[in-house]
Amino acid sequence: MPIHEQSLIRPENLKTHDKLVIDGIDVSGHWSTFIESRVVTDYNERLQEEIAALPGGEHIHRCWQCGSCTNSCTVNAVNPDFNPRYWIYLIRLGMESELLRDKDIIWQCVSCNKCTYACPRDVFPEGVMKATAHWLELKGHTPKSKSMHFDEEFSEQVVATGKIEEGRIIRGFFARTAQPLMQPWLIEMARRLARHLPIKLGMLMGLAALIRPRTRRWGKARRALEEYVDEQQTKQRAALGLGDLVEMAKAELNGAGKRG
Amino acid sequence: MSDTPVEDKKAKYQRVAYYPGCALEGTGHAYNRSTKAVGKALGLELDEVKNWNCCGAMEVKNIDPKIQTYLSSRVMSIAANEMHADVVMAPCNGCYHNLKKAEHDLAHDAGSREVVDRISQKAGHATYQAGQLETIHALDWIKQGVGEEELKKRVKNSLKGLKVANYYGCMYTRPRHIFPEKDRGPGSESTSQPHFMDDLLEAAGAENVDFALKTACCGGAHTLSDSDTSTKLVLNILRAAEAAGADVIATECPTCHSGLEMHQVRAETVLGQKTTVKMMYFTQLLGVALGLAPRKVGLHENVSDGIELLKSKGLE
Ligand code: SF4
Ligand code: SF4
Ligand code: SF4
Repeated sequence: MPIHEQSLIRPENLKTHDKLVIDGIDVSGHWSTFIESRVVTDYNERLQEEIAALPGGEHIHRCWQCGSCTNSCTVNAVNPDFNPRYWIYLIRLGMESELLRDKDIIWQCVSCNKCTYACPRDVFPEGVMKATAHWLELKGHTPKSKSMHFDEEFSEQVVATGKIEEGRIIRGFFARTAQPLMQPWLIEMARRLARHLPIKLGMLMGLAALIRPRTRRWGKARRALEEYVDEQQTKQRAALGLGDLVEMAKAELNGAGKRG
Repeated sequence: MSDTPVEDKKAKYQRVAYYPGCALEGTGHAYNRSTKAVGKALGLELDEVKNWNCCGAMEVKNIDPKIQTYLSSRVMSIAANEMHADVVMAPCNGCYHNLKKAEHDLAHDAGSREVVDRISQKAGHATYQAGQLETIHALDWIKQGVGEEELKKRVKNSLKGLKVANYYGCMYTRPRHIFPEKDRGPGSESTSQPHFMDDLLEAAGAENVDFALKTACCGGAHTLSDSDTSTKLVLNILRAAEAAGADVIATECPTCHSGLEMHQVRAETVLGQKTTVKMMYFTQLLGVALGLAPRKVGLHENVSDGIELLKSKGLE
């Protein structure tokens, strides 16, 4: 299997002149191909640290760029632009603007862990993909992905009641992402499902949608989990430099208090 | 733990704590039903974990992995400390994977231990300690708790002539480090070429086809949030199974199973790509082989209707 390389030369920077004569010699077409140089000025020296501060990104520094992750990747097989090895490279160099060119596909990682299985350095690339997708959202580079909406819908239900109910998740997800629930293929599924189903089971499923399954005596666990989530979010925002504004505002207020 | 001799495992798996998980109360209802029915027919016993909670599936870890560790640890704490079980069995790959991951993280990562302990204390239950329990999959339960020899003796309706592709999905074997008991030579499960389901179905008389996509991913993580990718991935799996000559794809995970069924329908309605291979839980197939009626193992609850197929093979 080949190592899936990603060319660092952008196609739009390859310049060819259809008609060009230099010192009387015709160098039209391929002869005159040159690469327009580009200058990267916006290195984010802290990029690797920022990704490493988010859950899953902790081991990014171990990567030695062997390419096994991309080579084994499920999503890369359907979309060659999905290239974990290359993104890890960009993050380690701090090339934020380059990374942002792929910002709309990074969330598509399906968490199959083929990369984790293949990685010789225990980078846990799956985690790095999640951390990067998370980073893009926290920094405001991408709107919340559909996947994040789904994860949030799911997690909120678990934290609230200790259990989930699939119908409620699906309805909640379609509502959050403003999609109609009645997708033709879902209707076809329901039709096939109803074929042999006894009315009793159908009723049970309908009831499950009304009666929310829940773990008993869950209240204390719920509060402990909510506290933990708050605490982590504050930490993560601080690591990404997003807590600064809050801190500045606080300092300002304190200062004003003292001066006054 | 993983070096327990075969005979001791038989005794140890005779009666285990049972963690069905949320999916088995919803779309995976037929898996729940068939697992219980097959266990009963084979003389194995299940004690459902009392007042269990969701393990976090594939979603909660994306919000915060340590919350997922806590959720799984609470289930294990109840099984170990309130029910005094030694073994907990989870038939869903997602649950099985999460419990294994929690076990690993609690054994190796002080940060996870600290968070789990803090939340457990606030929630008012004993903190689960790594090593208290052994987590197994329904495949381990039947393969090691009963074994092929015993199973063969109990087969009433051999699955002879039924061509099966065994599909294990992602979470049963990856990532490798959370399954220290796998890849340990003869008798143990393999993470690159899993075979426990193949072994059991072969003992039940089925003809296993050579199937290259045993551990391919169905895109279950984005089944609704990136449906087009999932449909493509599922279609690959269905096509590969058909090309290998399979009548049935045997599954051992409710998420895999409903993912394959759902995107088979979606591939047909959205892309016009029709496939006819049927999905059945391995417990449904074992149940039929043990002489249980198709309804007893919930075959009528499957979206992909395999009842006609079984009839045509004289299996009903
Ligand atoms: S976990 Fe994500 S990055 Fe890794 S192989 Fe699977 S899809 Fe690719
Ligand atoms: S497999 Fe691991 S070490 Fe190799 S490029 Fe990917 S992350 Fe880096
Ligand atoms: S194959 Fe699909 S459903 Fe099964 S474990 Fe993998 S992602 Fe999940």
